[in-house]
Amino acid sequence: MRTALVLLLSITATAAGGSGNQSALNSQGAPAIHVEHLIIGITVVCAVVWLLVMIVLGWALLRKRSSDSGPPRDRPLTTIVSSAVAATVVIIAALTIASFYTTRSIGLPGNTALTITVRGQQWWWQVIYADANPAFSFQTANEIHIPVGQDVQIQLESADVVHSFWVPSLAGKQDLVPGRSNSLLLRAERPGTYRGQCAEFCGLQHTHMAMMVIADEPADYQRWIAAQRENSVMPTYADAAAGKAAFLSKPCAACHTVRGTSAAGTTGPDLTHIGSRQTIAAGLLETTRGSLAAWIADPQTLKPGNNMPMVPLTSVELRDISAYMESLK
Amino acid sequence: MIVRDEVEDLRDTALDEVQLDRRLSETWSTPTGLWGALSTVDHKIIGRRYIYTAFIFLALGGILALAMRLQLSEPEARFIGPDRYNQIFTMHGTNMMFLFAVPVMEAMAVYLVPLMVGTRNIAFPRLNAFSYWMYLAGGLLLWIAFAVDTGPDVGWFAYVPLSGPQYAAGKRADIWAQMITFTEVSALAVAVEIVVTVLKQRAPGMSLDRIPLFVWSMLVTSFLIILAMPAIMIASTALILDRLVGTHFFNPAEGGDVLLWQHLFWFFGHPEVYIIFLPAVGMVSTIVATFTRRPVFGYLAMVMALVTTGVLAFGLWVHHMFVAGLPRLGESFFTASSMAIAIPAGLQIFCWLATMWAGRPVFKTPFLFVIGFMVIFVIGGMTGVMVASVPFDTQVHDTYFVVAHFHYVLVGGAVFPLLGAIYYWFPKITGRMMSETLGRWTFGLIFTGFNLTFFPMHILGLQGMPRRIYTYQPEMPWSGLNMFISLSAVILAAGFLLFFIDAIRSAASGPAAPDNPWGASTLEWATSSPPLPYNFARLPVVGSLEPLSNNSETLSVAGGLSVDRRELIVTSVVEALPEARESSPGNSIWPLWSALATTVLLIWSIFTPWAVVWGSIPVSIALIGWFWPKGTPEDDT
Repeated sequence: MRTALVLLLSITATAAGGSGNQSALNSQGAPAIHVEHLIIGITVVCAVVWLLVMIVLGWALLRKRSSDSGPPRDRPLTTIVSSAVAATVVIIAALTIASFYTTRSIGLPGNTALTITVRGQQWWWQVIYADANPAFSFQTANEIHIPVGQDVQIQLESADVVHSFWVPSLAGKQDLVPGRSNSLLLRAERPGTYRGQCAEFCGLQHTHMAMMVIADEPADYQRWIAAQRENSVMPTYADAAAGKAAFLSKPCAACHTVRGTSAAGTTGPDLTHIGSRQTIAAGLLETTRGSLAAWIADPQTLKPGNNMPMVPLTSVELRDISAYMESLK
Repeated sequence: MIVRDEVEDLRDTALDEVQLDRRLSETWSTPTGLWGALSTVDHKIIGRRYIYTAFIFLALGGILALAMRLQLSEPEARFIGPDRYNQIFTMHGTNMMFLFAVPVMEAMAVYLVPLMVGTRNIAFPRLNAFSYWMYLAGGLLLWIAFAVDTGPDVGWFAYVPLSGPQYAAGKRADIWAQMITFTEVSALAVAVEIVVTVLKQRAPGMSLDRIPLFVWSMLVTSFLIILAMPAIMIASTALILDRLVGTHFFNPAEGGDVLLWQHLFWFFGHPEVYIIFLPAVGMVSTIVATFTRRPVFGYLAMVMALVTTGVLAFGLWVHHMFVAGLPRLGESFFTASSMAIAIPAGLQIFCWLATMWAGRPVFKTPFLFVIGFMVIFVIGGMTGVMVASVPFDTQVHDTYFVVAHFHYVLVGGAVFPLLGAIYYWFPKITGRMMSETLGRWTFGLIFTGFNLTFFPMHILGLQGMPRRIYTYQPEMPWSGLNMFISLSAVILAAGFLLFFIDAIRSAASGPAAPDNPWGASTLEWATSSPPLPYNFARLPVVGSLEPLSNNSETLSVAGGLSVDRRELIVTSVVEALPEARESSPGNSIWPLWSALATTVLLIWSIFTPWAVVWGSIPVSIALIGWFWPKGTPEDDT
C-alpha cells in the first residue's frame, strides 16, 4: 500500500516525463496547470491523513496491554475523538476553500478573442470555426488548432447523445449535452499536439472518439486558418483527378463535403482539407494513403458499428480515391 | 375457564420447555417438500435464499469483471468486441448494484434484524416472500436477456438519449429499465418490513438507546431506500414510456430534458451508495464490539453519524454531474455538502479506532476483514473528498480514477465488512463454523489482490484513461499498468474462489457451532445455531444495550403468547413497552402467484402497453387470493 502511494506521488512529481500527451499530470495549459496543483495538494494532504490513521490503527491494535489494569476510561477517549473530528472539520474546510479558489482561477474570462464550436457526433468531433464573414467560416473534424498563450472558448454542443470533451493536458472535461450549449476555456502555454478523447459513454464506438488539439505559434496559426479557409485544392496528379471523379460519382458525396466541388453532404466529416489532418476516423489511424485506403475499403472492420457504410469500389477506384483524399491538404 | 383456554388459546405460560418447543414447532415450522419451500414466510429461510442468490450474482458479476480485465490486458486486444463489451460492463455494474449489493445487505437484515430485536418473524412476512420472488424474477430477466445477446448495453446509469428510442433500438434498454422495476419493488418491500419490524416488534425493554448498531444502520438504510428508490422508478418508467408509447420526457426536441434523467438517476444513485455502505457500518460496529471485547465507543455518536449520513446522502447527487454544465454556484454547494459527509464518516472511523484502542482485540477472520476495511475504506473516503472538488473532478470524472475510487468505497467499504459478517454470522445461520485457516488465506488473497488490482487504476485515470472503453491504442502509456491490473485481478478472483469453497465446504461439513461461538452480546446469539423456526421459545426482555454480556444464563423473558397460532409482541416505538399481542401471518402460496403474475405483466409491458391492462387481471386475482379472509384468528386481531 505504502509503496503504491509513493509510486503515485513519484509519478505525480515526474509527470511531465512519462505520462504522454493525454494526461492530467502533464498539464500544458493554465486551467490544467491550476487543477494539477490542486490534485497534488489534496493528494498530499489526504495521504498524510491516511498515514496518520493507519499509524493510530496499528497502535490501537498492537499496543501492549497490561493484564492487571481495568478497562480504560472513556473520558480521555472522548476528548481525543472530539479533537480528531474537529481536525477533520478544519481539513475539510481548508480543502473546500482550496477547491473554490481553483474553480475561480479557471473560470471563463469575460470575453475571449476566439470561439470555436465543437459538436459531438457518434463517433467523431465536428469542429466549426465561425466567422462574422460567412466566406471565412469553415469546418474541420477531430482536429482543433488554437494559438499558443491565448484563451480560447470552446462552445460544446451535441448532435445526438451526451459526449464529453476532454483534453486533459489543457483542461478538465465538459459534457456536450443535446439541447444545451456548454462552454469550456482552453489554453495552451506551449506549442504541441495534445490528445483528447470522449469521456462520456456514447455508444458502440465511444472508445474510438479521439481528437487532437494542436497549439500553434500565432503566425503558424494564422497560416493554418488561411489555408483552411481556402476551397479544396485541384488534384494535380492523374490518379487523384480520377479519384475526385470517382468520389463525386459514388455515394461518398451524399455524406461528405469537399468545398469547391459538388460534394456537400453534411452527415459525415467535412473532407475539404482531410489530407492536412494528422489522423482519420477520430484518432484511429495516422493519415497516410495506405490508412485512407484501408479505411475506405472497409470502415466496419476498423471501427465496427460506425456510421460510414462500406461502398463497393474497384481496386483502381479505391486507389484513386485514396490518392485524392491524401492530396486534399 | 382454564380448560377452555387450553383448548382455544393455549399460552406459553402454561407449558414447560419441552411441551412449549413441540407446540411452537407445530405452529411455526415450514412444511417439508416443494410446496412448503414455495409457500414459506419464515424470515430465516427467505433471508438465506436472498443471501445465496445475491452471492451467486456476485460470482457472475465477478466473472464479467474478469472478462473485462482479459480484454483490457493488452492494447487492441480482440477477445471481446465492442458490442459484447458494452453489454458486459453494463451488466457488471447493473448486476453488482441492483442484484448483489443492495439485495445482499437487505438479505442480511431480513435474516438478522428479527433475531437481533428479539421477535419471531419479520413484519409483513408474506410481503417478504413476495419481495424475494420479485428479486429472483428481475435477476433472471437480466441474465437470461444477456445470455441471448439482449443484455443492456447503455451503462448501469442508462443516460438518455443513448438509452432512448432513437439511439437504443431493440429491447436491451427496456430489459434494463424493467429490471429496475423488479429490484426496486423488492427493495422497497423489504425496507418497509425492516422499518416496521424495528419500530414495532422490538423485544420489550429494547428502547431506542438499546438497539444494536447494526439494527440502527438497517433502519436508516431502509428509510433511505423508501426515499430514494421512487426517483429511479419514476425515471425508468418515464424511459419505458418514451420508448414504448412515444412520450417525450427526455427528448429535448419536444421540450423534454436530457439532464432531467441525470438528476433523477443520481438523486437515487447517490443515496444508493449509502444504502450499500450504512449496513456495512453496522456490520463493522457489531464485529468490532465482539472482537475487542467491549461495546463500541460512542454509541450515541455512532447513531447520530448514521442519521447524519442518511440525511446528507440526499444533498450530494449533483457531484455526479459536475461536468454536465450546471451553474457554478450550485456546484459549489454540492462540493461543500460532498466534503461535509467526510465528517460523520470520520467520526465513525475515530470511534472504531477508540474502541480498538480501549478493547482487547482478538484477531479472528471477521475482525481481519474489518481491519482490511479500515485500510481500504479510508483511501476510498480520501478519494471521495478529491472527487467532491469540482476542478479535481473535471479531470478524473469518467476515468479509471473514479473506477478505483468507488471500488475502494464499495468493495472496501461494503464487501469487506460483508465478508467479515458472513464469517461472523455463518455459525448462526448454518449451525457450522467456517475454517479459520482458510479464512485467513481468503482475507490475505482478497486484501492483496484488491489493492494490487484497484490502486493502479487511480494512476491510469490521471494518465488520461477514460472508463467504458473496450480497448486502447498501443501508443497510449497505459499498457503496462493494465497488464499488471489484469494479473492482479487473478489474485483477487482466487481469494473469492477460496471464500466460496470455504463457505460451501463448511456449510456441508464444518464443525458444529455453539449458540454463541464468539461470546457476542446481541440477542441473535441467545437462541440456538441455527435458530428454531420460532426464533425464541420465550421472547426475551432487554434491560441493556448488551443483553447477553452480563448474565447470559438468566435472560428475562416475556410470556403470555399463544402457542397454537403465530403470535408476537408489538411494542411502543420509543421505549419498546409491550402494547399488544399481534398475530403473524402463516405460510401462503399466494405471494408466489402474485409475483409470477406481476412478472408476466412487467415483462409483457416491454412489448405492448396493453400488457398493463390485461396483465393486471391475473395480478388482481392473485392479490384477492392473498388477502382473502380465512376466518382464522389472524384476521381478528
